[in-house]
Amino acid sequence: MAAFSKDVLVIDLEAEAQRIAGEIRRIVAHECKRRGLVVALSGGIDSSCVAGLAVKALGPSKVFGVHMPERDSSGETLRLSQSVSTTLGFESTVEILTPILEGFGCYQRRDEAIRMVFPAFGPGWKSKIVLPGLEGGAVNVYSLVVQTPEGTIHKERLPLKAYLQIVAATNFKQRTRKTLEYFHADRLNYAVTGTPNRLESDQGFFVKGGDGLADVKPIAHLYKTQVYAMAKHLGIPADICGRAPTTDTYSLAQGQDEFYFSLPYAQMDLALWARNHGVSPVEAAPVIGITADQVERVYKDIDQKRVTTRYLGLKAQLCGAVPEITG
Amino acid sequence: MPAPDVADAQLEVTKFIVDNFLFGNAAEAPAPATSFMETGLIDSTGVLELVSFVEEKYGFKVADDELVPENLDSVANLAAFVVKKAGK
Repeated sequence: MAAFSKDVLVIDLEAEAQRIAGEIRRIVAHECKRRGLVVALSGGIDSSCVAGLAVKALGPSKVFGVHMPERDSSGETLRLSQSVSTTLGFESTVEILTPILEGFGCYQRRDEAIRMVFPAFGPGWKSKIVLPGLEGGAVNVYSLVVQTPEGTIHKERLPLKAYLQIVAATNFKQRTRKTLEYFHADRLNYAVTGTPNRLESDQGFFVKGGDGLADVKPIAHLYKTQVYAMAKHLGIPADICGRAPTTDTYSLAQGQDEFYFSLPYAQMDLALWARNHGVSPVEAAPVIGITADQVERVYKDIDQKRVTTRYLGLKAQLCGAVPEITG
Repeated sequence: MPAPDVADAQLEVTKFIVDNFLFGNAAEAPAPATSFMETGLIDSTGVLELVSFVEEKYGFKVADDELVPENLDSVANLAAFVVKKAGK
């Protein structure tokens, strides 16, 4: 096997785009028996890349985009996501999620949980949750970070009840988006795309019944580095291709690496590839740019996340066989 | 409350795991030295549940820098940690 280097993630982009486009056509026509694809556009690299692949596979007239900003979305979200549908030339609509999420009590239930930790939390404050990262030997336990209206930052470890309720409340966002995607898919007789990349898909970084729910996931086998390269190849606007990945879910700006992954995506991709191909920590360390001990920790974290998030990818489990439909 | 000894703490922790994570199936209880994380028995949310349990049961607060596998990642590690903390 060739030595491990950053080049392991280099692929023939046009050949892979053609192959994925063929798969999309087969899946939508023969597995789903639908007439087109719905893509939820977030202004991020993954959904933009999926839109590009959907257009390559089916043509712009068979792709429908949905833009779904809400109160906590970055001010840039809508402009960026609309630049994708405009550039690729497919029809799209804007669905403002805020009133729907207010109806669910999403913000109110989340803020109630935040006040279990910071009782003064209220209008003008911002929040996010973060993991410890690679420092020390800490167990992966989330902390809550808040910013007061005056700009002071406070950080506290999240107790169980508050943690679960914050995650449960924010999950309304991904699940509401998916509900609207299926509304448009059902009315058009289209199938729904899922936009997780390989890192997210493998490591369980998605909401079950939310962004994890889809009929076809065109980039779930591509490392994030490859998704960036593919998006550029497909003509996605440069300001999206140059943007760092964020969750765009919490009111304080939050990088995906502080929310979920132990490293920024470019290093995390290499670590995941190395883990998947049996590269030793000593060999992997100089390529990834961290120490062998840290690679060891990242490998453990990868394995642990696979085990603990397995539930997210499971179909509903049956308690008795129904061979006529399950094979 | 008198400080627990290691055997008591192991029993209490194991009972909590059996009652809450295994729905009472004691046959699946982890051996004292079994790593929760490596076997997948308890994930990071489960660790938070364990931390809440020992904090309430033994009346101390677990500090952020004590959230390490050496203190939390097996029945034996957690029981030893509980005895050390509760004895202070």
